[in-house]
Amino acid sequence: MLTTSLVIGLVLGGTYALAALGLTMQYGVSRIMNLAYGEFVIVAAFATFVLVSTLGLDPLLSLLLVGPAAFVISYAVYSVLMAPLVKRSRKGGNLEIDSILVTFGLLFLIQGILLVIFGADFQSYSYLNVAVDLFGVTIAANQVLAFGLATVLGIGLFLLIRFTRWGLILRAVAHRPDNAPLVAINVDRVAQLAFAFGGMLAAQAGVVISMFQTFTATAGVVFTMKALIVVIMGGVGNFLGALIAGLILGLVEAFVSAYLDPGLTLASTYLIFLVLLLWRPQGLFGKSVS
Amino acid sequence: MSKKFGLFGGLLGLLAFAPLVFEDYGLGLMIGIVSYAILAQAWSLFSGPTRYISLATVAFYGVGAYVVAVLNEDLAYPLILLIAVGTGLVMSLAVGIATLRLAGVYFVIFSFGLAELVRQLITWYEVNVSGTLGRYIFLPFEARHIYWMLLVLAGVTFAIAWWIRNSRTGMALRVIGEDEDVASHVGINITRTKLLLFAISASLMTLVGAIQAPRWVYIEPSIVFNPTVSFLTVIMALLGGPHRLLGPICGVIPLFLLFEWLSANFPNHYSILLGGVFILIVFLLPKGVLEFVDRFRLGGAAK
Repeated sequence: MLTTSLVIGLVLGGTYALAALGLTMQYGVSRIMNLAYGEFVIVAAFATFVLVSTLGLDPLLSLLLVGPAAFVISYAVYSVLMAPLVKRSRKGGNLEIDSILVTFGLLFLIQGILLVIFGADFQSYSYLNVAVDLFGVTIAANQVLAFGLATVLGIGLFLLIRFTRWGLILRAVAHRPDNAPLVAINVDRVAQLAFAFGGMLAAQAGVVISMFQTFTATAGVVFTMKALIVVIMGGVGNFLGALIAGLILGLVEAFVSAYLDPGLTLASTYLIFLVLLLWRPQGLFGKSVS
Repeated sequence: MSKKFGLFGGLLGLLAFAPLVFEDYGLGLMIGIVSYAILAQAWSLFSGPTRYISLATVAFYGVGAYVVAVLNEDLAYPLILLIAVGTGLVMSLAVGIATLRLAGVYFVIFSFGLAELVRQLITWYEVNVSGTLGRYIFLPFEARHIYWMLLVLAGVTFAIAWWIRNSRTGMALRVIGEDEDVASHVGINITRTKLLLFAISASLMTLVGAIQAPRWVYIEPSIVFNPTVSFLTVIMALLGGPHRLLGPICGVIPLFLLFEWLSANFPNHYSILLGGVFILIVFLLPKGVLEFVDRFRLGGAAK
């Protein structure tokens, strides 16, 4: 029981971390609070579902298709919906409030489209649904793969941000958006790329999740919520923090669902959030704001 | 001033005769409009001046309805309403104490998932502890009784909104919305002011849910915690302009009728159209329709 929860917790946590990395990219770097973020995750899950069930494509292959597609779509969404708001915010508008409102509308729009196409039922497909033995725990092969993918993608992204020039630029915009132009960084352009990149990560998380979980058209809100809590727990704009916080959240959920009740997982997530807000609103790894 | 009050009272009195004029369908529409008018006004009460966007309207509304569903056979009706308000009050204070000390975005995030949390908790409780999912409400109310109660509540809500606007608290709230640093320098107790307003706003929302509950007869968490309610409240308040006393009502009437028409004619694409209208409003009328009309009327001279 203990090791099972541990392993399942790590699998869940890995996908949460992946999803949260994308959100911290969008909120931390682009300053867009995207309430429709979970919808991007779910759309990718449904896209994979369609590719797998109609074309017989391998979900791994769909990861290669859905990810870049999400990048392009997010890039376009930024151009159409977000760029005018950014422009408006220079003339006294408030980007945070406007982006919250617009993405709240977007949430219903995407959800509505999904409901029209797929209905409100739970969907899933069968992929690598064979039992494997891992540290004495019997676990489905798809979960092992999901964890592996989330780890590889997460660590890859982390290295990218930590050690490449592009990563340095991202961190510069995340930490000092006002000073970044002084060293010839085009903040608008970086913001748009970061938003698109965040959308791609959301989609990748969606593909990974669809490999081992059922999903519905209306599940986006919960994913957004969890990703937001992970981002805050890790500290906004802190990529390593998001990775660790994602794993913590996954573990807590797995243990609550194993030892207490599966119906209380969201409540446990919220409890963490509440404790966090009362104790360390700047995040576990964030610096104290004075 | 007394002329305005007379007009307001007269209008409410006139509206009270609506059940004599309208058939069932018309009265249903009137109930919807009045309840959204209260929700939008209550939302604007807090979110208008402070600019803290609350997405949790349905969390309170649903709790109100649920309290009535749980207690409707055991207690006298006025007592049930009192308990409903109390529950909403306690809940809003808990949420407020946790989030309102911090930057607005924490509040938004917390409120975003609150309805889903409450829904899941109630579902969990009903399945595991009380062993029933879904409850019946048997109260001897007809549509017109509910309408009259809502009308009274609407009067009270508008009176509260008017009173707050013209009180020190309203002034303090506007300063907080403009600049929190300035507010704290002039000696405003920021957290207490925000908490007070949020609690009032949430209690009103809870009451709307409680009064409307008998309309459903059968209640289930997925019915009363419908996220569309939060969504509609925000969009209506925004369309009218949440900074103005009459803003919310100006947004409620056209949008309620529009959405009623949409849901009758395009039931499958309802959610898509809602989202689209919402995005349009945020883009085209960032300060609400009244502001827009003013600017037009004054020839662009006023800001």
